[in-house]
This record gives sequence, C-alpha cells and structure tokens, in this order.
Amino acid sequence: MTESVIRVVGLGKSYATAAGLFPALKGVDLDIQPGEYIAIMGPSGSGKSTFMNLLGCLDTPTMGDYFLAGNNVAHMDKDALAILRNRTLGFVFQGFNLLPRMSLQDNVALPLVYAGVDKETRQARARELLGKVGLGQYAESLPSRISGGQQQRVAIARALVNSPRLILADEPTGNLDSHTSEEIMRLFGELNAEGITIVLVTHEPDIAAHAKRQVKFLDGQIISDHLTEHAPA
Amino acid sequence: MLKAMLGEAWLAMGANRLRTALTMLGMVIGVGAVVIMMAIGQGAQYAVQQTISTMGSNLFIVLSGSFTTAGVRSGSAGGPTLNVADGEAMAELDGVANVAPTHQGSRQLVYGAQNWSTQVVGTTPAYLEARAWNIVNGAGFGDSDVRSSTRVAIIGKTVAENLFGAEDPVGKTMRIQQNPFLVIGVLGSKGQNLDGRDQDDTVIIPLTTAQRKVFGTPFLGSVRMIMVQADSAEGMPKVMDNVTSLLRQRHRLREGTPDDFFMRNLSAAAESEAETTRTMSILLGAIASISLLVGGIGIMNIMLVSVTERTREIGIRMAIGARQKDILSQFLLEAVMISFAGCLLGLLIGLAVALGINLFTGMVIVISGSAALIAFAVAAGVGIFFGWYPAQKAAQLDPIEALRYQ
Repeated sequence: MTESVIRVVGLGKSYATAAGLFPALKGVDLDIQPGEYIAIMGPSGSGKSTFMNLLGCLDTPTMGDYFLAGNNVAHMDKDALAILRNRTLGFVFQGFNLLPRMSLQDNVALPLVYAGVDKETRQARARELLGKVGLGQYAESLPSRISGGQQQRVAIARALVNSPRLILADEPTGNLDSHTSEEIMRLFGELNAEGITIVLVTHEPDIAAHAKRQVKFLDGQIISDHLTEHAPA
Repeated sequence: MLKAMLGEAWLAMGANRLRTALTMLGMVIGVGAVVIMMAIGQGAQYAVQQTISTMGSNLFIVLSGSFTTAGVRSGSAGGPTLNVADGEAMAELDGVANVAPTHQGSRQLVYGAQNWSTQVVGTTPAYLEARAWNIVNGAGFGDSDVRSSTRVAIIGKTVAENLFGAEDPVGKTMRIQQNPFLVIGVLGSKGQNLDGRDQDDTVIIPLTTAQRKVFGTPFLGSVRMIMVQADSAEGMPKVMDNVTSLLRQRHRLREGTPDDFFMRNLSAAAESEAETTRTMSILLGAIASISLLVGGIGIMNIMLVSVTERTREIGIRMAIGARQKDILSQFLLEAVMISFAGCLLGLLIGLAVALGINLFTGMVIVISGSAALIAFAVAAGVGIFFGWYPAQKAAQLDPIEALRYQ
C-alpha cells in the first residue's frame, strides 16, 4: 500500500470564545491516498472550513496529529508551515485571490519567487501552466481584464506551478455561474486524471458529484464517507 | 529574489502615486533642509577658518604698558617700556616660534602723482613668518636690512593697486613722509580680518628704518608692540606665563607692583568666533533633522495604512508560501525605497538651492561628500526604523484572518 498523502488522527481544534472553549472540530480521522478526488461537504458551522484550514497548514490543531506526505505537521512553527504550503500544496479559493496589480504570468509565478527559483525558470513555468489552462495569450494582462472563470483558471495554474502533491480547493465555483463552474470542474477532473490529489470543499451536491469520494461534516465530526455512485468519466 | 522584491516594491509604490509622492515629499523636505543647512553652516565655518588662517595661528601680542607721570596716566602702549632686547630674550624661551617687535602708525605714501594713506608697519622678517604671509612678487627684506636701516618696503595688494595701478611696483621708489623707499616686494592677498579691516592695506618696512626715518622714536630700541607666535595652541598659556615672568624679571618689577605691559591673545578671539559658527552650524543641522524625523513619521503612517489595505494580499502571499521574513522584508523594502527616493530628490533639490543661495547672495557654502553620505545613511535608517513596525505588523498577521479580510 502506498503512503497516504494525508493521514489525520483524532484531529481537533477548539477556539477560545467569551463563553469558554468552543470545539469546532472534535477529533476527526481521515486517510487520503495519492490520486484521490475528495469532496468535503457540510453546512456552515459544521467544521469543514476549520478542517480545510488545518489541511492547508494555515492553522495548527489543538489536538491530534496530521501527517502530510508522511510528516507530522501538527507541531511545526509558522515558517516551517509556510515552506510546506509552498512545496506541497496548491490553493484554489472561492474569491480567486489573484494579486490585482500583477500580470497573470507574475501571479502564477509568485509561489516560485518564495521557493527561490530564478527568473527565467519562473517565467517559463508560468507560461507553460497558463497555456495548460488555456490562457497563454493573456500572460501579460492584469487579472481585472479577464472574466471570473478565467481568473479561477489562473488561480489553478498558480496552484499547480510548484508541482504540488495536493490541491486544496475551497468553494472554487462559489462565485461562478453554472456553465463556468462546469468548465472549472472539468479542469479539476483532468488534473485528477493526471494523478494529482484534489480535496474540494463545497456545499453544492452537484459540484461534489464530480469528486470520486464524498465526506460529510456535521457539528465538528464526519457523519458520512462514501464513494460517489456515478463518478463522471 | 531581491530583484523580484524590488520590482514588487516598485509596483506597490506606483499603485498609489499621489500618496507615494506626498510621503516622499516629507523626506525630500527633510533631507533638502539638512543639506542646505549643512552647506550654509559649513560655509560659515569655512569662511571664519579662512579669516583665522590669514591672521596667523597661535599668536599673542605684548604691548608696552601705561605709565603715570605727575598723575597723568597714559593709555596702553603709551610709554616705551618694551624694547628690542626684551623681544630677543623672549625668542630664547621654550615653545616660542617667532618674535616680531613692531612699530606701526598711519602715514601718507606718495608715488608720482598718486598718494595714499596707509598703515606703516616697522618690524623684523619674523613678522611675515608669524603671520604666514608670503610675497607673491619680488622679495622680502632680511635681518641685515633691519640692522642697517635700509629704506626698502614690502607693500600690500591694496596699496599696490591704489599707488601703482597697472604698473609693477617692484623696483619703483615711493616716498613715505619725505623719505624715498625702494619697493622690493608685493604681499599676497589676505582679505579682511575678523574686525572687517582690510589686511592688504599696509606697508611693511624694517623696524629700525621705521623708528629712525618714519616715526622718529626718541628712544631707539624701544618698541610699543611685540608679536609672539607659540609653537602650538596647547603651548600658548605656558608661553604667555613664561613671557610674563621673563618681562617682570627684566623690568625689575617687585612683587606686588603691576605689570608695565599688556598681553592680548589674538587667537582666543578667533577661536571663540569659530566656536560660535560651529555651534550655529550644529543648531541649524539639528533643526533641519527634525523635519527629517517628521518625514519618517509620515512614512510610518502610510506604511500602516498600506498594511491594512493590503491585508488580503498578505494573506494570499502567506497561503502560497511566503514566510514571515518574506512579508517583513517586502514592506521594509518598500519603506526604504520611498525613503531613498525621497532622499535622492531632497539631495538634488538641496544642492540646487544651496548653489542658488551662493549664486544670488554670494554667501559662502560648502558642499561636502560626507553631508550627502550622512543624508543617505539617515534615509536608509529612517526607512528601516519607521518601516519596521508596520512591516512587523504585516508579518505577524494570521493567514486565515488575513485571507478572510474584506
């Protein structure tokens, strides 16, 4: 059996509030194998966002262990987490989150700047990925010049630029119309077909239906975990 | 990496041009003020030092004292209490570089159809040495001229211009009172002294000639003034003490009787003048630095606004792998760049204004490379100092909070 990309054991997170400790996540176990395509679902307040932040190494858990590609990240410091995010993960956000003053090419190349890659390599790689998401001709444009769906494609290109093991997508179609959403989901499908592990957070069942496996959260716990019946080809 | 960060800082600066320009203006004014004030202050110091150096350094004069005859007191240098032998004895003392007995007064000079009233100084060759005065045309007189009372004269530039006009004075014969004097040299120009008197308006002749032919002193060998130069500024007080005891001994003054001579330290007056300009220059610099400080606070203010505005951007950068020090250096670099650009502009404007002041008012200004260097160091310092807190604030943002920030 291959090593899990993600293995979560008894992972929990509590927040200090005025009314005492609030447990947002109450000890979750989950195992994600390389090449999986998982949708995480649940209503707001179910703990799925907290779980996503922990998976994305943006936050540290208050209990349990999280092994990302075999490394326990539960007790790493901020800078070590930053390096891990840079090398291992690719983020796709609901709001696209491109830097408005930078050209698309520079946006895509930005993670490579923090990885210390030289300029020629950065630009070549950014152009290659913009080409891959079908936006090669807009390399020098600013994000404001293109549509939302196109911006999300650029964000995906940025997530891919460091050749990550895992892509975390937080409501990637939340700001898009249904037609554009379909295109984006098709792109995720293609990437998964290339062997990239994808974790998708959504509250829309028809978006979740694109994934091969669906995990449902409620009140800080996993209430169901099953394969999608009619996974699209 | 640095190049990419510089580029980003440049983009960020360009994103809000008016704001960046106004922030920079604070630095421009601060650095400009420092440059101008330092140029003026150093110029004033330079002007005073020039004047002091023309006077000669470590000088003091001994004047023959007042004396009382039948209840009538003369003023200082009123009586012949000093003589040439006193001067020769002083020259033997340790720490004395030059001793020049002098006898001076105002006399009318005549050459051809021209005449001119000037100060005639009878002295020895040591006088020119003590005052570091060189002869630009012709030659000086020697000790033998003093011994044999030759009628030779060295004239100052002002005298040469007024008496001889375009002619070469050297080798010409002029008259002082009724006596013909051969002009053997012309002195280099020294300009005004600290009192504003023209030092070039003078004629120098051998001491004995002056006493015999020009001033008609009744007691040959007595002088009213002896100029003494010490080896060093530190040695001055010691030399002055030694001269005092030497003269008291030579003049057989008993314990308790007052000195029959006066001493005046010429350098002390000059030193205090130099001290005044130095203080003024420091004061000017200090006041100008305040505006630099205000400029720095402006940078800090704008950087804080910028960090708040760009919270989301900071969150994105952190999510894709920026470490705290990456964020820190990004904002720090931006602050330093604004500071530097403002400094460069301030330097140029400051220099232009300083040159303009020099051009239109004739005020002496000194522009030193060190002032520019200091300005740059201060600008970098201000950028880092005032940029640090906002940058630190940015670096310490929580990525989740920052990403959620609208």
